[in-house]
Amino acid sequence: MMYLISVIAAGAGLATPDEMAAIDVFNDRLNSEGHWVFAGGLAPPGSATVIDNRGGQSIITDGPFLESKEYLAGFWIIEAADLDVALRLATEGSRACNRKVEVRPLR
Amino acid sequence: MNSVDPREAISRAHRDEWARVVASLTRRFGDLDIAEEAAAEAFATAVERWPADGVPPNPGGWLTTTANRKAIDRIRREHKRDDKQQEARLLYDDDPAEPADAIDDGRLRLIFTCCHPALSMEARVALTLRMVGGLTVPEISRAFLVQETAMEKRITRAKVKIKAARIPYRVPSAEDLPARVSGVLAVLYLVFNEGYLATGAGPDPVRHDLTAEAIRLTRLIRALMPDDGEVAGLLALMLLTEARRAVRVSASGELVRLDEQDRGAWDAALIAEGHRLVRERLAAAAAGVAPGRYQILAAISAVHTSARDPRDTDWSQVVALYDQLVLLDSSPVIALNRAIAVAELDGPEVALAAVDRLAQSLAGYHPYHVTRADLLRRLGRGQQARAAYDKAIELAGNTAETAYLTRRRDQLG
Repeated sequence: MMYLISVIAAGAGLATPDEMAAIDVFNDRLNSEGHWVFAGGLAPPGSATVIDNRGGQSIITDGPFLESKEYLAGFWIIEAADLDVALRLATEGSRACNRKVEVRPLR
Repeated sequence: MNSVDPREAISRAHRDEWARVVASLTRRFGDLDIAEEAAAEAFATAVERWPADGVPPNPGGWLTTTANRKAIDRIRREHKRDDKQQEARLLYDDDPAEPADAIDDGRLRLIFTCCHPALSMEARVALTLRMVGGLTVPEISRAFLVQETAMEKRITRAKVKIKAARIPYRVPSAEDLPARVSGVLAVLYLVFNEGYLATGAGPDPVRHDLTAEAIRLTRLIRALMPDDGEVAGLLALMLLTEARRAVRVSASGELVRLDEQDRGAWDAALIAEGHRLVRERLAAAAAGVAPGRYQILAAISAVHTSARDPRDTDWSQVVALYDQLVLLDSSPVIALNRAIAVAELDGPEVALAAVDRLAQSLAGYHPYHVTRADLLRRLGRGQQARAAYDKAIELAGNTAETAYLTRRRDQLG
């Protein structure tokens, strides 16, 4: 079963070198234990563009779809047998990147 | 067929077998929702059939078999058009019957699933009472003064999350176990306290159904995890508290304080059982196993219930136990309870100083104002005591307690 681990950040500020190093160690572990599917860090929310083409005429809007203090700064997609395994990995991920994370199953 | 009273047999089976049936079906079909519905249908069938056909020799086996059939019927109905899936699901049917200890293990799995930390506390409580305790949704709604539809939604949402997020149906790994057990105990203690200190507009100051259910479930966990000290501690704490239930509220519906209770009317059997558990844990502590918070709370309760007369209470022992507790739990509520014991040992002035230091964190907590009111009264500071009683009455949610506090306030000169 796959889970999305979203990294929730508040305020500006990229990962520090120490955090980057800890994230690398965590990623290596995900890989070696067979949990790794995909991961990525995102550019700041100000770089986002929203497209709405539901009505046939596409509308382009500058900025993220949701303005809030907290935003999605990155994510992991992991493979885990169940929520207990996913939560344990997310707990380590949160410590590695020094941010709050949200765990959500993929359908 | 035998001559057992079918109604009594059904309620006994409900008490003893509900969790087993739900656990065994959850394991077999991998779905709490199917297990719950099928178990409920099996009991409904028993209500219909047992009075006419007689009580089966093995009621638990009968109920499990019947519930299994109901579950398979439901799966057949739902997958009529999806033969492949139906076939896959019904393969489970070939599982060999589980040995008795595996069924017990199943109930433990069920408890850990219902008390999973990824569920909200409210959902854990509701789900545990429904799935493990076998209470109906209307019963749970009444106990928590929540509308039935809201309670139904709460339970449904929890079941959906368990399935969608794949909350596992198993006893947690050794690494996670201590934290998870304490999560389960927190749920049971909350159920007990909701029964014991019933809040809200309900007329009953104590909801015995909830305290009894919490004790029953804690006994079950004790039977399943006999070596866990905190499980024993919580059970002892509940028993020693429940033992005083009958005299805790007066005939006129007023709260009776511990030092004013008729100690002869305490339930001696519950106290003896509670003391036995506390002694067992004291022996373990003497052997070097550090006690957790429930064990210490139970020990404090044991000191109180050992005194035939409130004046014989060993307050230095109580304060020493609170000192131990403060090291584990630095919450202001524990500090407040410690101060109450300090008042008996070192006098109300020393205690009041300690209580006043908690003003900021406990301003909205009515026992803080009750304690202050009592200490101020003992120090002869009537006007301040009155103001503290007023605040306590304003914040207290329990009818018996409000009655007691009002009388106390009105007795001030």
